[in-house]
Amino acid sequence: MKRFIGFIKKEFYHIFRDKRSLFILFGMPVAQILLFGFAITNEINNVDIAIFDKSNDATTQEIIHKISASKYFSIKQHITNEAEIETVFQKGKVLAVLVFEKDFKKNLTKENSAKVHIITDATDPNTANSITNYISAIIGSYKMEINKNVNLEYQIETKSRMVYNPELKSVFMFVPGVMTIILMLVSAMMTSISITREKELGTMEILLVSPLKPFQVIVGKVIPYIFLSIINAIVIVLLSIFIFKMPIQGSLFLLALESVLFIITSLSLGILISTVSATQQTAMMISLMGLMLPTILLSGFIFPISSMPLPLQIISNIIPAKWFIIILKGIMLKGVGLAFIWKETLILAGMTLFFIALSIKKYKIRLE
Amino acid sequence: MKNYNVIEVENLTKKFGDFTAVNSISFEVKKGEIFGFLGANGAGKTTAMKMLIGIAKPTSGKAQVAGFDVFTHPEDIKKNIGYMSQKFALYDDLTVKENITFFGGIYGLSRAKIKEKRCELVEELGLGDIVNELVGSLPLGWKQKISFSIALLHSPTIVFLDEPTGGVDPITRRQFWEMIYKSANNGTTIFVTTHYMDEAEYCDRVSIMVDGKIEALDTPKNLKEKYNADNMNDVFLKLARNSS
Repeated sequence: MKRFIGFIKKEFYHIFRDKRSLFILFGMPVAQILLFGFAITNEINNVDIAIFDKSNDATTQEIIHKISASKYFSIKQHITNEAEIETVFQKGKVLAVLVFEKDFKKNLTKENSAKVHIITDATDPNTANSITNYISAIIGSYKMEINKNVNLEYQIETKSRMVYNPELKSVFMFVPGVMTIILMLVSAMMTSISITREKELGTMEILLVSPLKPFQVIVGKVIPYIFLSIINAIVIVLLSIFIFKMPIQGSLFLLALESVLFIITSLSLGILISTVSATQQTAMMISLMGLMLPTILLSGFIFPISSMPLPLQIISNIIPAKWFIIILKGIMLKGVGLAFIWKETLILAGMTLFFIALSIKKYKIRLE
Repeated sequence: MKNYNVIEVENLTKKFGDFTAVNSISFEVKKGEIFGFLGANGAGKTTAMKMLIGIAKPTSGKAQVAGFDVFTHPEDIKKNIGYMSQKFALYDDLTVKENITFFGGIYGLSRAKIKEKRCELVEELGLGDIVNELVGSLPLGWKQKISFSIALLHSPTIVFLDEPTGGVDPITRRQFWEMIYKSANNGTTIFVTTHYMDEAEYCDRVSIMVDGKIEALDTPKNLKEKYNADNMNDVFLKLARNSS
């Protein structure tokens, strides 16, 4: 046991004396979560739009007022002819132009129907879509208002309610993803690099010749990273609670347990990578290309799995991160208990065992 | 003192698939002896050494190191041997002192014992000023000496040196051999591989491996007589030429 403590102490010296690994360990999680939280967002806020009001009557004024009163849009300019629409888009000044037809109010009252045209800059399709939806919603609510006293027959009214993330804050979607990526990065990449470093330096050989058993060497190398990953997970959760006001609906205890499980999954992957790579560079390349990229692209972190082509959907099943993100979203946003995520937990545990078994096998072959 | 064997090897063989890396080698090494283990690259000396230090399993044959069988008690062997690789592997980002503490620790030395050994080392090697410096900042010659001393930290019966003088200048090599002599005089058995043939002359006995077999084993003096050569280099060349 005393040998072991000395070993772990040495491992911490390595980590704390290397600025690069310190940065990856503690700088990255904070930087990433802030970046994803603040900069990368699907929400629209204060989008600049232009108005082309051909009728300029009381009704259009009211609608325009409603739009500019919302926090989503600010009216940048009023234009007066068709040609200008193209120009404002090209200048990139506004993302949408709202065109009210001539005699808007008259049409509305006489013919019961008036038209408003929403033109959006679809170079960014997601934003364009959101803008259209938001404007339609505002006009829709205005329509409800003026129809309040009128009794229309056969009307279907849709009412939608967004559950689990009612304000559609994108940071809520990113937190589970970022947490997954960070834990994967710290656990898998850092351990695989630190183990291969010993191989490269020749100290691994010395350790194997010493009375320490191979598994003690590996466990000794891995324990500091378990510890640091847990700290990282805590930092991420605290940041999301206090800075992004993300509520954790489910049990914190379950969250902690599941995180530890995923940390061990990633560590076992890291060990596996270190058994197949001889140099730190190889370990890093395998971790980045073979692990991080699929994790980011195929885990459902950024791109929803349900909208991927079928082959990719099938492949996504072998990405551990996919299951962990499902678990995290379940606990954090939906507040579910183990009863709802036992399947995902079991899959992760199974993968972990598989990776460990495979590493032991590979390790033995090397020793033969 | 010098009359019992600390290494006994009989028909030791290691195969990788169809390839026989070590082909039925047999030899003994006596206590306190400096045993040179020579061979061209790829002759199988590293594989043979790995079997003796317990990190590779022999395919067949018998071998005892420090009184323990390599098949059944590799863990006991590990406690009783020291090992220094050609990379002088120390942790560059740890200080000399921390390296000593760490390696002493994994061999299960007590804190007091480590401190005692460290003070001895500081005095013997004149480490005074550099004991708190990072190993990475030291010249190669220092790393080599410290690496050797660390291999001896737990007073092993045998110390295995894998090309311990690669890349250092002749003066440092000379100093290093003085260290080897000193520990051999204290009763430590030295098992050393090298490809500097002048170093082979310093050994009590040398074995020369060619293509997985031990082609010659004797004192440097006898070998030179037998092969009618002026120095060990000629002996080696004659043997190696015969093989190919």
